[in-house]
Parts: sequence; structure tokens; C-alpha cells
Amino acid sequence: MASIDTHADGLTSQSWVERIPAHYYFIAIALISMPVFAGDFILFQIFGWTFILGVISLSLMFLAGYGGMVSLAQMTIAGLAGYMVAIFGNSAIDTISQGWPWYVAIPLALLIAVLFGTIVGWLAVRTDGIYTIMITLAIASAFFYFTRQNYVIFNGYSGFNGVLPPQLFGIDWRHPVAFYYLTLFWAVAAYCSVVYISRAPFGLALQGVRDNARRMAALGYNVTAHRVAAYAFAALLAGIGGILLTWQSGQISPGTAGIGPAIDILVIAVIGGLRHPVGPFIGAFIYVLLKTFAVDVLLSLGLAGERFQLLIGLGFLIIVFWSPDGLLGLWERFRSSRSRDPLTGRNGGGREL
Amino acid sequence: MERFSQRHPVWTAIIAVAAAFALWLIFAVWPDWLIDLVGRKKIFLNALFNGVTLGALYFLVASGFTLIFGLMRNVNLAHGSLYLFGGYVGYEVATLTGQWLLAFPAAFFFTAILGTLMQTLVFQRMEGEELRQTLVTIGISIVFADLLLWIWGGDFYNIGLPGWLSGPMDTFFITSISRRTGEFIFLKYPMVRIVILAASIVVGVGMWLLLNRTRVGMIIRAGVDDRDMLASTGVRIQLVFVGVFAFGAGLAGVAGVVGGSFQSLAPGEDIRFLLASLVVVIVGGMGSIPGAALGALIIGTAEQFGSVYFPTYAVVLTFVIMVVVLAFRPQGLMGRA
Repeated sequence: MASIDTHADGLTSQSWVERIPAHYYFIAIALISMPVFAGDFILFQIFGWTFILGVISLSLMFLAGYGGMVSLAQMTIAGLAGYMVAIFGNSAIDTISQGWPWYVAIPLALLIAVLFGTIVGWLAVRTDGIYTIMITLAIASAFFYFTRQNYVIFNGYSGFNGVLPPQLFGIDWRHPVAFYYLTLFWAVAAYCSVVYISRAPFGLALQGVRDNARRMAALGYNVTAHRVAAYAFAALLAGIGGILLTWQSGQISPGTAGIGPAIDILVIAVIGGLRHPVGPFIGAFIYVLLKTFAVDVLLSLGLAGERFQLLIGLGFLIIVFWSPDGLLGLWERFRSSRSRDPLTGRNGGGREL
Repeated sequence: MERFSQRHPVWTAIIAVAAAFALWLIFAVWPDWLIDLVGRKKIFLNALFNGVTLGALYFLVASGFTLIFGLMRNVNLAHGSLYLFGGYVGYEVATLTGQWLLAFPAAFFFTAILGTLMQTLVFQRMEGEELRQTLVTIGISIVFADLLLWIWGGDFYNIGLPGWLSGPMDTFFITSISRRTGEFIFLKYPMVRIVILAASIVVGVGMWLLLNRTRVGMIIRAGVDDRDMLASTGVRIQLVFVGVFAFGAGLAGVAGVVGGSFQSLAPGEDIRFLLASLVVVIVGGMGSIPGAALGALIIGTAEQFGSVYFPTYAVVLTFVIMVVVLAFRPQGLMGRA
């Protein structure tokens, strides 16, 4: 008993600066100093996009990894938030856009996204497992067709263009460096909040619901409420990602939240790994690299550039087939095989990821 | 049905009144006030018939989907790709041989082989891991979509109909009374759609008989209820799985030929029909063949009536139906709780 106490004391006596693993500091310094040695294209197109897609995929990873609910509607929620910013804020379509200031438009957009996500969650949790995929896929496509047909609010096929971030503190937030830091900030905030929630009572209860819903219900937890709350939180993340995505491309149209992008978000989360919140960002980075450079690579190899989708699909298939936990799972397997003692076959000295 | 009417007398009365009203709408000559209210009867009848025949096509796609799900718990999100593949194969065979009817067995055969390969090479290796299987089917559908685009390009294909099927057919449904002569005017309707409707009814009844009256059907139904218990009685369940997957895939291929004959084949149709079958089985109830028939009928007619009477939001109407069903009966209309 005493030894446990001293152990606990030893943990708390360290300051929080020391308790953060060393590689976190390396990554933080690398990411913060990135604008020094990276060009505008890399900052804006590669990293900006990676962080945005990472945040949207993170919302899916939160639902799937901790809640056991694979929702394909996260891109739809992101798209809705983007649309709301375009409608309440400024865009080139000034007949529809209200032109309200950002401190009204953005919270309102996030609020509507969260409300929508809660409704989606309330519908989706009425069934579970693989049904959730089908229902959310159907909702995603309904949203796509609805925005394409509706001209009064969503401006139909062409959507909105000229949706720009506000000029806050005299900074042009669409300038590559500023936009890089903006997306980095929200990516880090989303990552930290997911890590925090996963260890908070709510997150632990959610993981309990994932593993055994009946037992949690018997223990007195409201299973449905936990699941719907998870959807609401995921919708907040997706909404933030959606607004950033709209600012990055400067436009939003039904294609942004179509069926293809909805599946891409799932592909990103699965390629990265659904076990840990860092997975979606790894997946997003690979996806963005592929999407940006695959056409050039394919062309230089003498293949047709349009076969990009085939490459993505095959990569996804291979990863799902051989490593259900994505690249993170591969990495973990590699580490455990490295740390295995060749004589006893037991794992020795390997640190938990 | 008797038990239903005893347990829910009010609902039975409402359904009976609605059915009587629908029959009156279909067979009666419409009075002038009704024409003023909703438009001419010919438009209504055409929408109804288009809806029912579209429902027949949806049923062909969705019944294979629901059968595969019911037995193997595998949500095959590559089902739309099988539909499109069958359609393309049917197109090639029909243009090569000039025989429209040959397209059906060819499409069934080749998609069934594809389904067999998918089941033996992929799904057998991840048995019981439902989520992983579903993710794999998403990957397969992405790959297939691109391969089909590679081979057949982005053009629209239409499978040519033989002479005896093209052209309209007289039906016995009255659209109106001629003002000049006072004679009844009857509805003319495309022959091919009526044949397709009849063929899907034959397929549906055949499937029902197969499932409920034969030994194979008994094994499949037992597998839907409890496949572990079935396997332990000595049935070679893997063989049953392969057979059902091949049959469901083949049905999707046949549906592709049907869809290519009275609509067209193009990239993107795979997703459209995947979504249609998703909505149909969610509304009808997963794993139930009568549910697929009912769901297909509801979704098909809703889509057509929607596109005639409120064109802007026709697509959304089907999803509203789905949401309402989910909210009040999550297991689907015919699904078991």
C-alpha cells in the first residue's frame, strides 16, 4: 500500500511539463516552426488541408473509436456548418447571404451543425452496428440531393463562392501562414479535447457503452443519452472542420458534402487508425499527399492520371484487409514484434503507445 | 393478416379506407373538381404506373441485397457496382448477339461468378467481423467504380429493345371520357415496363416459393434465424453462403440489364441504386423479402409521384419516408423486432 502511495506521489510531484512525452515537444516545435522552411503551397494546400480533413475525420474517429458508431454523416455536418457560414455571413451570392458579423454567424453555424448532428445521432442510435452506416449514408445523400435542388436557401447546384474568413486583428486569415496557424490551432484544440474527453467520466462511460451497452444500462447509465451526446460533440468538431474547409476553398457547393467526400472521410479515418486520435491526422496527411501528387506520379510512370481513385481504393482495401487498425495498428504490431524476446517469445520492455 | 386486424382494429380500418380510396382513384372516371385539384387522371395513372415499375426494378436490386444481409449479416455496399457490372455485361452480350433475352442469363452468370469470388476470396476470411466486411465492401465499390469507368468510359449506354417489346400497349384503365363522342379513353402504356413488372412479380413469387417451399429455402431460413445452430446440425454452411451470395449478386446483374433497358447505364448509377436498395431495405425491414417488395413499392411510387407533383423535393421525399419509418419502427415495416 505504501509503495503505491509513493508511486502516486512520484507522479504528481512531476510538473505537467515533464509529464508530456518528449516526442510531443519535437512534433510541436516542428509544426510551429514549419512556416520558416515550408513554402506557401505546402502550408496552405498540404498542411492546411490535412488539418481540416483531420479534424473532420477526428469527429468520425471519436464516434467510431470510442462510441463504436461509424457515422458517414460527419462530412454532411461539416458541409452544413460551411453552408451556414456562407448564408449568415458574407459570400459572393449577396441575394442570399445575410452578411451578419462573424461573431454572430460562426456561433450560429456551429449551433445549427450541433443541432443537426444531434438529430442525426438521435435517428442513428435507434439502430446500431452496421445499420448506423446505412442510415447515415442515406442521410448524407439526402442532404446532397436536397442542397442540389434547393435554390432558395442553398443556392442549388452552384452553391456559394467568395466565402472568406473575417479580417480579425487586422490579419488576413486566408494568407497561407495565418491560415496554417489557424488550422493548426483548431487541429490541436480538437485533438486535445478528444484526448481529454476520452479520459473524462463521460468518455469512459461512452467506451463502456461501446463494449457492452447492456451492462452499462444495467449499471444505471443512460445508453441512448451517452450516444446522442457523443454525436453532438462529434458534430461540433465536424462543424469547426467544415467552416475551415469552406474558408480554405472559398466556396461551398453540394459536391463538397457529396457521397464521395463522405466516404473519403471514412477512408481517411480507417487508413490512419481508429484507436487513437492521432490516426485521423496521419490518414489525412497521406490522403492529401496522394490527392495532390498521385496524378503526377501516375503520369510520370506512364499510367493514366485518372486512375487516382483506383489507387486510393486499393490502398484502402489493402489496409482494411491486412490491418483493421490502420497504419497505427501496423506500427504497433511492428513495435511489439521488435520488442519480442527471440528466445522466450514474450514481449519485453516495450512501452505502451 | 387476421391477427393484425384483431390487434390493431383502428389501423386496419384506416388502411382499408385508404386502399378503397386508392382503388377508386385508379378505376373511376375522375369528377371535375378532382381534376381541378390535382390535374388530369392520365398524369396520375402514368405516375402510378411508373412508380410501380420503378419499384419492380428496385425490388430486383434490393431483394439480393436483403437476402445477403439476412443470411450473412454482410452489408454489401458493393451491391450497386454489381448492378452496374451486370448492366454493362448485358449490353455487350445484347449488342454482340443481337438477342435481348440472352443478356439476362449472361449478366446473371457473370455477376454470380463475381459474387462467388467476392464471398470466397474476401468475406470468408473475415467471417463474423461485420464492420470490417462493410469497410471492405466500400473499398471494393471504389475500386470497381474506377475499373468500370476505365473499361466502359463515362458514356451513357442503353440496351436496345427487341421489336415486340417496344411501343405502347393498350390497358383497361380509363383515363377520361371523350367529350366529343362520349367514349371511354384508355391508358396506353409502354409494353416493356409492363413486361418488366410481370417478370419481377414472377421473380418475387419464385423467391418466396423457393424460400418457403423447398429444402434449400428451409436451410436458408434456418440460417437467417441461427446460423451457428444450423452449422452444428451438419449443413455445409459455407456452401450455402456462397450460393446465396452468388444468387443475390446475379439478381443485381439481372436488375442491371433491366435498368439498362428502360433507363440508361452510366457511372454514378451504381451509387444511385445502392442508395435506393439501402432505403428500400431500411423501410421494408432488413433481411425480409416481402419487406423488400413493400419497401420497393413505397419508394418507387413515392419517387414518381414526387417528381410529378412536387418536382423540386422529389428525392428528399424518399428520405423523409425513411426517417419517419426509422422514428416509429426502427426495425422496418416488415422487420422483426
